[in-house]
Amino acid sequence: MSIVFLILFHWLVVLLLAPFFIGVISKIKAFFAGKRGPSFFQPFFDLRRLFQKNSVYSRTTTWIFRSAPIVNLAAVLVLSLVVPLGFLKAPIQFSGDIFLAAYILGLARFFIICAALDTGSSFEGMGASREAFFSCLCELALFMNFITLSLLTHSISLSSMIGAGIPVSWKLMGPVLLLVAGSLFIVILAENCRIPVDDPDTHLELTMIHEVMILDHSGVDFGYMLYAAAIKLFVFVGILIPIIFPIQSGNPVADMLIFLGGTLGLSVTVGIVESTMARLRLNRVKNLLLLAFALAFFGFVVKMWRM
Amino acid sequence: MELFNGGQISLSNIPVLTQQGFRARILDRCHEDARLVNLFGHLGTSGQVRLSAILGLDEEAGLEILSTFISSEAAQYESLTKDLLQAHLFEREIAEQWAIQPLGHPWLKPLRYHCNYRSATDIWKNIANKTIPGEYPFYAVGGEEVHEVGVGPVHAGIIEPGHFRFQCHGEEILHLEIQLGYQHKGIEPLMQGQDLKRSVLLSESIAGDTAIGHSTAFCEVVESLSGCIISPKAQAIRAIALELERLANHIGDLGALGMDAGFLPTSAYFGRMRGDYLNLLLALTGNRFGKGLCRPGGVLFDIDANMAGEFCLKLKKYKEEFQDVSDLLFSRPSVLARFEGVGVITPEDAQKIGLVGLAGRASQLECDVRINYSSGMWQFHHVPISLGATGDVYARALVRRQEILRSLEFLLKVLPSLPAGEIFTPAGPMKPDTLAVSLVEGWRGEIMHVGISDAQGGFARYKIKDPSFHNWFGLAYAMRGQEISDFPLCNKSFNLSYSGHDL
Repeated sequence: MSIVFLILFHWLVVLLLAPFFIGVISKIKAFFAGKRGPSFFQPFFDLRRLFQKNSVYSRTTTWIFRSAPIVNLAAVLVLSLVVPLGFLKAPIQFSGDIFLAAYILGLARFFIICAALDTGSSFEGMGASREAFFSCLCELALFMNFITLSLLTHSISLSSMIGAGIPVSWKLMGPVLLLVAGSLFIVILAENCRIPVDDPDTHLELTMIHEVMILDHSGVDFGYMLYAAAIKLFVFVGILIPIIFPIQSGNPVADMLIFLGGTLGLSVTVGIVESTMARLRLNRVKNLLLLAFALAFFGFVVKMWRM
Repeated sequence: MELFNGGQISLSNIPVLTQQGFRARILDRCHEDARLVNLFGHLGTSGQVRLSAILGLDEEAGLEILSTFISSEAAQYESLTKDLLQAHLFEREIAEQWAIQPLGHPWLKPLRYHCNYRSATDIWKNIANKTIPGEYPFYAVGGEEVHEVGVGPVHAGIIEPGHFRFQCHGEEILHLEIQLGYQHKGIEPLMQGQDLKRSVLLSESIAGDTAIGHSTAFCEVVESLSGCIISPKAQAIRAIALELERLANHIGDLGALGMDAGFLPTSAYFGRMRGDYLNLLLALTGNRFGKGLCRPGGVLFDIDANMAGEFCLKLKKYKEEFQDVSDLLFSRPSVLARFEGVGVITPEDAQKIGLVGLAGRASQLECDVRINYSSGMWQFHHVPISLGATGDVYARALVRRQEILRSLEFLLKVLPSLPAGEIFTPAGPMKPDTLAVSLVEGWRGEIMHVGISDAQGGFARYKIKDPSFHNWFGLAYAMRGQEISDFPLCNKSFNLSYSGHDL
């Protein structure tokens, strides 16, 4: 009974907080553009509006297209369960849950890509091809980081990899964690289709990566996609925060405040990055992702060398 | 026969050559130093079609006009396009408007999907009754890994309709074909006839963002035909309005370039600054796009000393703002990385295609009507030409920035010393059976209007050429071998008019 309660409470926190940080990023971008910008709660209003609508389905699509938004949302919700959020321990922890996390992401991506191909649109085909290519490179960096973290903490469970061992590791292996944090930040930008990799605000279907794949989703389905994207960003930030701010006071309220403050700070950073640089040319995105891998790899090398 | 900008010539004085002579003369001159500025048909006596070509001699500020007759029975001639790429769209237009077959044209496809003007059998059967694009024979590339992407005519975003067909290998564009015609409203026939009051309103709607440019060109044609000389003050106000139009559009384009590169701050700032210039036009004419300002005989709205002083104060402030924001845009490495080396057109190719306006200047072509064919205010105030070196998106952005600064300098120089006098001198009746030409450097480039008057004091034929007519092909050509994801940025760097092309 208690695990069910823990899971539900975890989801409640995720569902309530995730869209808020998308609102923070929009606000920062509006600030840099000299605008007042939409309210912090605009993503919630958007979701409410979408959930009140019906979905439109093209006649060329099949069940794959209809299932993708639900699979995607379900996958990121499951993913959120293995990530600790501040004082909230991850409800699901076991040795090897890191692989569950990685492959649940893969499952979501597989369905989105299939749904994009299912529409038969040439734009979505291009988007699917780009997503498949870039996520390969992204996964490489992500796994390299996981390997380093698990060597540091002698664990293959996400909660302990970014848990109590981190403060000690900062003292002993500071440079390693610095490299890991840098690499993970790039992975966050790429996985969540932010500038400089992808532009979430563009209307140009020829340049999009993630957005173009969900062009044909509408109404409730589109709402699921947006919600899933917000949760994914929140969860990724949730993985990075304990590495950057490895402070654990033991006081639940203080821990939660540190976590939320860190999340807010990271959202602001993402917003600043988006406002102060243009998007990369598509053929240079791979260089950035390889940079993320290189950082992770050097982290690994330093760790092995200082073993 | 020599003509100049704003000049006129009696129809009977236009030299008539044989078809071979006509072709040979155009090819000879264009392979030397001339360029094909216009090529169009009009009805001659006894049902023949008279093809007239206007060649531009940029160095000498002169235009050369020559013509030939095509009989209505054997409606064909040997195509110029196979030896002169500049003639490509002109010949397709003639084939469509007059049902004349250009023999050996390598790319003969419909342009705007309408019936011909002389009630003969169309070259493309039942063209006006088919759905567009109908049976348009798109160029296709074969092969297992080649894929085709079609964009439009309905776009995501509020832009005009046009269809873009990409043949791609992965992310690389092998070939882009642009198929337009969705905006065709038959504006050339509408301009013909006796109702000049209506025609001037139509001229403001040829391309909505070039209302001043096109209406100035129309007024100059009418004034030339009726021998009306407008006052220096009217000339100055037209020039000021033309530069305000250029400023508003160039600044809007720089903002849009930033937006397409994903650089948000400048796109928001430039978007607001564009409004500042449109508001100046609003203060001058009562319309944000300057409609209702230019009329044959002068202008309808005056700039008094107060207004001129106010404009100067505002423009000085706008100039500082512009310099700050454009420095921000042009100093970002991530922005420059997107602009540089994308969509390059070499000077040789630009010359072959016949690029005009800022796209031409970005490829080192010294084409600026304000300098090469100066008329009106431009005879007394010279604006330095703004050239780009590299012919890429960066060069087209840089030329815009240069021109903005130079337009501002021009305005700040002209406004405090406006000539005195009337702003309107009514134009008399037009000379019959005469052809008049007018060239205006609109913000996109060279606008040319040609009017041929009839015996009743109206137009028997009115030919409009927007700069987009030359430059669309340049855009398609610039995309070869580029990344398909760079197309929106490259497209924006040209920012051509659909309406001006489709007429």
